[in-house]
Amino acid sequence: MSIENLSAVEIGRQIAAGKVSSVEVVKHFLNRIETFDNSVGAYVHVDGDRAIDRATSVDRDIKAGKVRAPLAGVPVAIKDVLCTSGVPTTCGSRMLENFVPPYTATCVSKLENASLVVLGKTNMDEFAMGGSTETSCHGLTRNPWDPERTAGGSSGGAAACLAAGMAPLSIGTDTGGSVRQPAAMCGVLGLKPTYGRVSRYGLVAFASSLDQVGALGHSVEDLAAVMEILAGHDPKDTTSLKTDVPAYRGLLEQDLKGVKVGLLRDQIDHSSLDPEIAAAVDRTRQQLEALGATISEVELPYTKYAVPTYYLVAPSEASGNLSRYDGVHYGYRADTSHSSDQTAPLDAMISASRSEGFGPEVKRRIMLGTFALSSGYYDAYYKKALKVRRLIAGDYQRAFEEADVLLGPMTPSPAFRLGEKVNDPVKMYLEDAFSVGANLAGLPGLSVPAGLTESGLPIGVQLQAPVLQEQRLLNVARSLEQAEFFKPALAPKYC
Amino acid sequence: MSDPAYELIVGLEVHVQLSTQSKLFCGCSTIFGAASNTQVCPVCLGLPGALPVLNAEAVELAIRTGVALNCEMATFTKWDRKNYFYPDLPKGYQISQFDKPICGPGYLDFPDPEDSASMLRVRLTRAHLEEDAGKSMHDEAAGKADSRIDLNRTGTPLLEIVSEPDIRSAEAAKAYLTELRLLLTYLGVSDCNMQEGSLRADANVNLHIEQNGTKVATPIVEVKNLNSFRAVERALKYEAKRQYEHWQKTGQTIDDAAKQTRGWNDAAGVSTVQREKEESSDYRYFPDPDLVPLVIDEARLEAARAGLGELPGASRQRLRTEHGLKPYDADVVTSQGRAMVEYFDQLVSAGATAKRASSWVQQDVMRTLKEQEWEVEQFPITAPRLAELLAAIEAGEIDNTRAKEVFQLLLEKPELTSADAMQELGIEAVDQGEIESLCQELLDENPKVVSQVLDGNAKAVGALIGVAKKKNPNADPRQVREICLRLIEASR
Repeated sequence: MSIENLSAVEIGRQIAAGKVSSVEVVKHFLNRIETFDNSVGAYVHVDGDRAIDRATSVDRDIKAGKVRAPLAGVPVAIKDVLCTSGVPTTCGSRMLENFVPPYTATCVSKLENASLVVLGKTNMDEFAMGGSTETSCHGLTRNPWDPERTAGGSSGGAAACLAAGMAPLSIGTDTGGSVRQPAAMCGVLGLKPTYGRVSRYGLVAFASSLDQVGALGHSVEDLAAVMEILAGHDPKDTTSLKTDVPAYRGLLEQDLKGVKVGLLRDQIDHSSLDPEIAAAVDRTRQQLEALGATISEVELPYTKYAVPTYYLVAPSEASGNLSRYDGVHYGYRADTSHSSDQTAPLDAMISASRSEGFGPEVKRRIMLGTFALSSGYYDAYYKKALKVRRLIAGDYQRAFEEADVLLGPMTPSPAFRLGEKVNDPVKMYLEDAFSVGANLAGLPGLSVPAGLTESGLPIGVQLQAPVLQEQRLLNVARSLEQAEFFKPALAPKYC
Repeated sequence: MSDPAYELIVGLEVHVQLSTQSKLFCGCSTIFGAASNTQVCPVCLGLPGALPVLNAEAVELAIRTGVALNCEMATFTKWDRKNYFYPDLPKGYQISQFDKPICGPGYLDFPDPEDSASMLRVRLTRAHLEEDAGKSMHDEAAGKADSRIDLNRTGTPLLEIVSEPDIRSAEAAKAYLTELRLLLTYLGVSDCNMQEGSLRADANVNLHIEQNGTKVATPIVEVKNLNSFRAVERALKYEAKRQYEHWQKTGQTIDDAAKQTRGWNDAAGVSTVQREKEESSDYRYFPDPDLVPLVIDEARLEAARAGLGELPGASRQRLRTEHGLKPYDADVVTSQGRAMVEYFDQLVSAGATAKRASSWVQQDVMRTLKEQEWEVEQFPITAPRLAELLAAIEAGEIDNTRAKEVFQLLLEKPELTSADAMQELGIEAVDQGEIESLCQELLDENPKVVSQVLDGNAKAVGALIGVAKKKNPNADPRQVREICLRLIEASR
């Protein structure tokens, strides 16, 4: 079996056993990137020499017996919103096109400390705002399953590089579904952990109370292994949780007898839901039932307000988080020195830098957030959104009194056509109907592959669990995986 | 009040830099005077992805200040973002506290500058923690328009103490600030160095004017750039006069004009308009999602209260009631700071009378500290040693003039006891009989003086004192005078 068809954990095993070296693995993936990424656009920055150097030193350490980590030597792709010291971190924005951070995000440092090898930085919607990876200054990302379609977003590159076999493991971020939705559209697993489970230090903020680092992979064991590395308190992020990290991998093998699955009937009956996806949720339900789970229907009545709530909270925070890009200290600066109007040169420079440095979707959200926080509107918009956010969290709390995990659709439709929604923001925002609830409530959510549409596009279903119960999600997904409900699969063109 | 036609109404906003080792939300040093942009890190530079981590010490200092200012303390407080663009604000927002300040309403009592025996009270609205911005340096040299930014100060912890408009004169404003600074130094929460910007004041000022039996208020003006207490006093006097004249000319009241911001130019002695009207500065405050709210329990507040020690108000009171000092003296000693009060207390407990201790502290000790630019802690003569000297004066073993010589010697040789120092200077108690015979000798030698005294001019005896001191340096002038007068009387 060729390396790209192996799970990350399996690659790690073979490296540890000396069957293959990290350098060979890294070169293999670099070759595939070289061959395929022109047609996908998953990566925005690949530094092959750096990766090979790193792999060489990991190989040396493994040989010397200094390293015994399960994923040692395994390559990993990093979404370009996570800071990497000495390596460009652009967030898909012209604003940060030339920005090279002097420090590394905690999650990336943890991966490097666990001897993984960073292959490169993956494409995304500008500042992670979007659901199609079409707004990046580096150009769009195509879905390996159908080049005319989106890979999803904002972590489109993170999902596409897996589906095309250009990385065995990938790190993304999820503010309103940005890990799970592209995972669903590209036929891979995507986990958004509990808010605070993984440090946000070095994650370029979009909406701080919603942002969370997540992982995408082909196997449940891969996600469990990488979560053992990523999770845990970071003194540099005081919103990160101090709870101990379970040995996720060791606890995977548990059968589903007695596990209560709550079916999100309202979402399945949702008018916008593609019938093929509804059918996939139903197939998942049947499979879980067959594996011994008990199924009941649960309601999240306030989640019908999740999208408007999210589109007030997230832009409000974003309007503040993105204020730092003013052209003064770093990032894009417009040259206004020759402008004829020099009455307020500073304002002119800041204004022009932001106008030219940000794309339309980012500007739209800054405007939205600025409006929602303005005096006179704050109570009606931002404050009300916070209240509804609490009600949504309350919904989940009640649902989890009846169910251990919730099952529902991940996306309203399979991967849509490039260009189809990018100019219609409301249509694009409605893509997030099923994903933003977990972010608003701070819960973990997992997108699990659930077969293909008739036309051959991947479908994902979503599992959600109470705060810090990532293990439950992994265990349910593992049972489905073992029952061969889904199999690790590259897009056919890339097999 | 300089003009009875109006009443001056002033509220002060004071920014106090808390004396923490590191900044409010990162580990960078807060030391003043380093080369530009050397005390910075990704957090205070506002680099993408960097996150703030709260400095617990800053919270502790804010709590200490709040309880000392009699504030209602928050048990739940949080952080808010104040959004505005300025080049010395790298994040585009300042982390501050909006609707839940760490310190709620409180008050500060301070001596009335017109009558040190009575107190004035200024109510405090609130005090909240926030991070400082950086420093912009504008090069306005001919033809050059470059501005430079130093971010060393960015993120330094500030406590903004906001008063109610309870201040009624420029002198009272200065007295309030003086007391606030004294309190803060007692608490050790700030060095209050105005030159280094550790204490900055803005004033909100207007006038209440009696007109045909009704009171009208002039528009409120915020005066900024008050870099010294003297500047506060001068700027307020200027502002009162300016507002009164403006009102006489235009009749404008608070209802006719928006709040104006003016900058004080201390060199020129005038203020100039900075912002004509309150530009609708909408800071769009909202809770900072990068920081968790802060819960402060009663035990922590109790511990802070218990650790305050004696504050200036209590110190003045005690020096007056327990030690019988006059209000003025109690105030002078207290105003020298906690270390001086402790020194005074040690003098008294080592046996010095409070009055003599107060007088020596205010004259010789303070003068020496000033001359040498010493802190009390550096003063070489220990309190017990100085107390020995004061006791010797009390016992009549030495007069004040010679005691000052001993004091000088002790400054040079602090290892000596007072007795050794006296000995080294040849000072010893003089036998009464010895003085008597000295005086008799002088009277015999100066019959002219004797006859002048007999003629009713007792002052004439003064001419003998210098001669007596020459013959015996240990002779107490007072004693010489008494004995001479007695002997002359006896000869009558």
